[in-house]
Order: sequence, then structure tokens, then C-alpha cells
Amino acid sequence: MASRTQSRDIITLKGSSAIVSEFFGYAANSILYNRGVYPEESFAKVKKYGLPLLLSQDESVKAFISGVTSQLSEWLESGMLQRVVLVVMSRATSEVLERWNFNIETDSEVVKTKGVSREKSDKEIMREIQAIMRQIASSITYLPCLEEPCVIDVLAYTDIDVQIPTMWIESDAKLIENPQMVKLCSFDTKIHKVNTLVSYKNNDDDDE
Amino acid sequence: MDSGTTSSSISSKTSLSRSRVPFVETNIPPRYPRNSSLNSGIRRTSKASATTQNFDRFIPDRSSTDMDIARCLLTQARRDKENNAVVSPSKEVYRKRLAETILQNRTRILSFKSKPAAPIDAWYNEPSTSNQISHQKSVKPRRHIPQSAERTLDAPDLVDDYYLNLLDWGSTNVLAIALGSTVYLWDATTGSTSELMTVEEEDGPVTSVNWAPDGRHIAVGLNNSDVQLWDSANKCLLRTLKGAHRSRVGALAWNNQILTTGGMDGMIVNNDVRIRSHIVQTYTGHTHEVCGLKWSGSGQQLASGGNDNLLHIWDVSMSSSNAVPNQNQWLHRLDDHMAAVKAIAWCPFQSNLLATGGGGNDRSIKFWNTHTGACLNSIDTGSQVCSLLWNKNEKELLSSHGFTNNQLTLWKYPSMVKMAELTGHTSRVLFMTQSPDGCTVATAAGDETLRFWNVFGNPESQKSAPKSNAGIAPFAKYNHIR
Repeated sequence: MASRTQSRDIITLKGSSAIVSEFFGYAANSILYNRGVYPEESFAKVKKYGLPLLLSQDESVKAFISGVTSQLSEWLESGMLQRVVLVVMSRATSEVLERWNFNIETDSEVVKTKGVSREKSDKEIMREIQAIMRQIASSITYLPCLEEPCVIDVLAYTDIDVQIPTMWIESDAKLIENPQMVKLCSFDTKIHKVNTLVSYKNNDDDDE
Repeated sequence: MDSGTTSSSISSKTSLSRSRVPFVETNIPPRYPRNSSLNSGIRRTSKASATTQNFDRFIPDRSSTDMDIARCLLTQARRDKENNAVVSPSKEVYRKRLAETILQNRTRILSFKSKPAAPIDAWYNEPSTSNQISHQKSVKPRRHIPQSAERTLDAPDLVDDYYLNLLDWGSTNVLAIALGSTVYLWDATTGSTSELMTVEEEDGPVTSVNWAPDGRHIAVGLNNSDVQLWDSANKCLLRTLKGAHRSRVGALAWNNQILTTGGMDGMIVNNDVRIRSHIVQTYTGHTHEVCGLKWSGSGQQLASGGNDNLLHIWDVSMSSSNAVPNQNQWLHRLDDHMAAVKAIAWCPFQSNLLATGGGGNDRSIKFWNTHTGACLNSIDTGSQVCSLLWNKNEKELLSSHGFTNNQLTLWKYPSMVKMAELTGHTSRVLFMTQSPDGCTVATAAGDETLRFWNVFGNPESQKSAPKSNAGIAPFAKYNHIR
């Protein structure tokens, strides 16, 4: 889907949605790999965004991510998605340890008038995404170690009037109390602007 | 800090009261500050002074107001925050409302339902339960299920009749099969064959055979409505049970000393083989031939299936509470099958669980909770179900079928995933029975062959497994669905 827009610099709503949801898929995989949520062996290397990235080969993870991204792109096209959060929780206690926020700002004009498109070179978008991917990979240097088995969850913040798809349920925000936050790079397709931010549980209480 | 804010608020009030607004009728001079008393921080004095000048231009009389309580209420919210005390629920709701309004109530948080499997945490030190399970699973090798029969024997003159039960494997590892009017015994340990008995032409053919739990005595149902009891060791006729039925006896089931017989007349009779007047109880409920009859492992419940498409569950405990003596009322009458119910199998690991299979028009395998009579599951097999057997060692069910493939199908329970399809018979696989060790299954089909299948595992690997006693499943008494 994304390849359709690659040749030209014109970005349509559909193309932009595809870029963003695809980005989320790769970002989620990258987080799962870099944070060690799933074992290293279950990932395979691919080249994407000019970077070597790792994709999980675990069937249930693959199905989960593809299920999420396909729904995300649908919401992106209708401009109803405000934010996607990948939550890393302790498997034993369900305590939220990390929240990877992807805030999405949608150009409402493009959504309202379907025909409108924007111009931005694909290379430029790719460079921006590349920067985020690099930051995710380097996040292990400052994020606290995940010392216990973890599970993941994906939260989608949508408009209130959205129809809840069958595979989705309403959830609480799964917030971290008194978190540390690190803002990462953002990328912009001129239709969707994605701001990335990671918040994590503050372990060193003696700082206060 | 608290007193500071209070004094400032009071001073603002006093500044207000200085600029008097017209048309406010008051003949009392405006109250002037009590700053001195408040600033000193002694509240009693302030109260004392209030008695003299307890009013302002908005509230002419303050004598009824308790300033202390007012102050307490005004500053409570902040103190609560400071003390991290519990906020009243109404306040919480209000705060939420406020937050919602400020955020324009625009967001709905959704989470994807089908979560991925939790990672297998082999590299974490603490062993968790799921870790152990996955470990066990990986250790247990996948059982190889041979696709062809281990052995094929010729079975000439086998009566190709769906409603009969002509094959049974006794607890002493001897297989009995009725071919025409003759019952043959095949010793599975030695492989030797012998003839047990032959009935007269006019009394035959044999319509059912069933080993007693001791593996020595065998009941033989005949076309002339008689049931004979034979001693297989001495090959002698012990007894003939007459008068229980009016037509052929196609179904037999032992429950200790009780031999239950099902006839073409739709009657089911409990015969106590020890006593002279052997008919001790009758079960009436079927209107057509009874073709499936099985006692549960605990001996508490009897399942009967008939050509009237009915499945009955009879409970031993209900026999005493009946109006008509020695005549039983069914516990459950189940009419979900669309064809004759011949295939009946009690689950060896769950005593209230019964599997039944329907004939040509039904083609389904159904699972029942015989305690409640609830149908737990129904699977369309696409073919007539002639017989059902549970694996004693694994949660698996084997079904034998007729047209079109004449196959045996091995199902995983409860998922009902097909594990194997065994073909070889060229006609419907009428009868199935299981070796005492539970590993080998013998099948007899309309193609007049008797085949042995190693479908439930290898005898070698099963040797360590606990062997069940004759006819009584090992865990039948302990497990219940509900």
C-alpha cells in the first residue's frame, strides 16, 4: 500500500494511513525486540526504512500486530484515531511498566474532503521514521531493565463516537503513576503527524 | 499558611464593605475589620469580637454562622490533597466530569482483544506454572499413529447389520466375534482361534456378544430372543435367559452381576444372572429396537440408544422411587439425534460425560452431561457413526464410520480436532472394541474383515501407564463435569 505513494511525492489519506499503521507495526516489533519482551530467537531481520529491523516470527504476535494495524489504518483513514499506546505490563502483577505513546494529529481538512492530498517526499518521511526507529533501539540505554516476564497490550484512543469493532473492547488508560517521560522524534506525512513519547515507571525514589 | 490565606480573604471582604452600595437598607454601621484578632491567630478572640460586630453589608447577621466550620469546609479540599486523604466519591465524580468537559469528552480508549501469547520465559530463573506446562509439552513426543491396520483377519459370514453388536474384547485379552450363528474366540496373547458355540439354525444368528467384567463369562444374545451365558474357559453353556424379550436381543451390557439386555421390542431388561427369576428390572422408553447400551464406569447410569432416534439416560438411584415396582423412569430423554443411536461411549476420565453418535441421517457425534442432560457439543462427521471409543490414556475419541470413506477418525477431545483418519475397510465399520490395555482397537466391518489398529499408542510405551480394571474406568468415580 505504501509503495503506491513511494514513486510520487503526493500523499493521499489512504497512503498516509498505510504509512502510519505500517510504521506502528514495525515500531511495535522493534519495541518487543529491543525491550526483550519476547525472546531474541523469535525475531527475524528485515530491511525497512533503510535500517535493519527485526520482526517477530511468533504466530500469535504476528497475528496480534497485523490485527491491530489493519484496524488502525481503518481508523486513520476516517481520522478518528487520536493516539496509540503500546503498554508493557508485568505478567505476574499486571503492573504497567512502560507506555509507548504515539500521538496522532490528523489534518482534518483532508479527512473531510476526501479528494485532497498533500505533498511530501517519501524519502523525507522515511528519514523521519528512521530517526524514531533509531531512538527506539537506543532507548535501552536509559529505560530501566524489565526484570520480569512481561506482556503487552495496545490501546487505541479514538473519537468517542467510533463504533467498537468486534475484536476490541473498551479499556482503562493503564497509566503509570508518577512516570518518567522521554519524548522521541516525530514524523509527519502532512496528513498525519505522529509524536512519539515513552513513559516508564520511575524506579529511583531517592531522586525526589 | 492556612491562617495567612484566611486573613487575606477577610481583608478583601472588609475592603468590599468599605465601598458601600446604595439602596441597601441598613441602620447598622458596617462592620469593621477584626484583622487584629485574626492576625493574632487566636480564634476564640475572634468569636468573642464577633458577638459585638457580627455582620457585614451582605450578611447582616453572622451570629448564626460558624466561622470555624466554614473555614474548615473551605480549606478541606486542599488539606485533603495535602494529606492524600480519601476524596469523597461525589467529589471524585465531579472531578471526572470536569476533566471530561475540559477534554470535551472526545476520547474512547480501546484495546485489542486477542492478546498475543505471553512469551515463554525460559530465560527467567523463577519457574512459573505455564513454563512447566510448556516444558512438559515439549518433552512429550508426538505419538505416531500408524495409518494402516496392524493386522487383518478374515471374518466370513459377519452379519452386516447396523443394529447388532457382534464384537467384544474381554478383560482376559480374548476377543469374541459372532460370525453367523457361531461365536469365535480369538486369544490376542497367543493369536489362537477357537469356536465357543454355534446355535441352531432356527435360533440364530447371534445378534450380540458381551464379556462379563471377569473376562471369563460371556453373554450371547440370539435372534430368537434368548440370551445364553457361556463359560469361556470350559466352553460350556451355563444358563439361558428366556422370556425377557419378544424378539432378537441386539444389545448387551454388564454391570457386575446384572446383565442388561436390549431387544428389538424396545425393551431393556436388567437380568440378575445369579437368581432363578432373573428379570429384576425393566426400562421402558424405546419404541423401536435398542441398539446401543452402555453402563457408565461407576455403574450408576445406563445409556441406551434406539432406532427411534432416542437416547435415554437411566439412573440406578431412581429405580427405588418409582410408582410401578421394578419399572424405571428415565433420568433424561434426549431426542437430538436424527437417526438411530448405536454408538455410545462413556468418558473414562469424566464420569458424567457421554459421547453418542447418530446413524446415516444424523452423522453427528454429540457430547452430553448426563447429570444435567445438557448437550455439550455436537460435531457433524459427514458420515454414519457406527461406533465410538474413548482412548483410556489420552483425551481422545475414536469414531468408526460408514459410507463414503468407511474410515476411523481419531478426535482430540474437547477441541474435536481431527488427529487421524484411518482407512482400510471397504464397507461400513460396524463394530469397534478396545484391548484391555487400551492401546489396540479391533474393528469389524461389513467387508467381512476384522482389523486391528494401534491407534491409541504403543503397548510398550503404555506399560508404565496404570492399567484399568475390567470394565471399570480408573477415575470414573472422582471426576464430574459439575
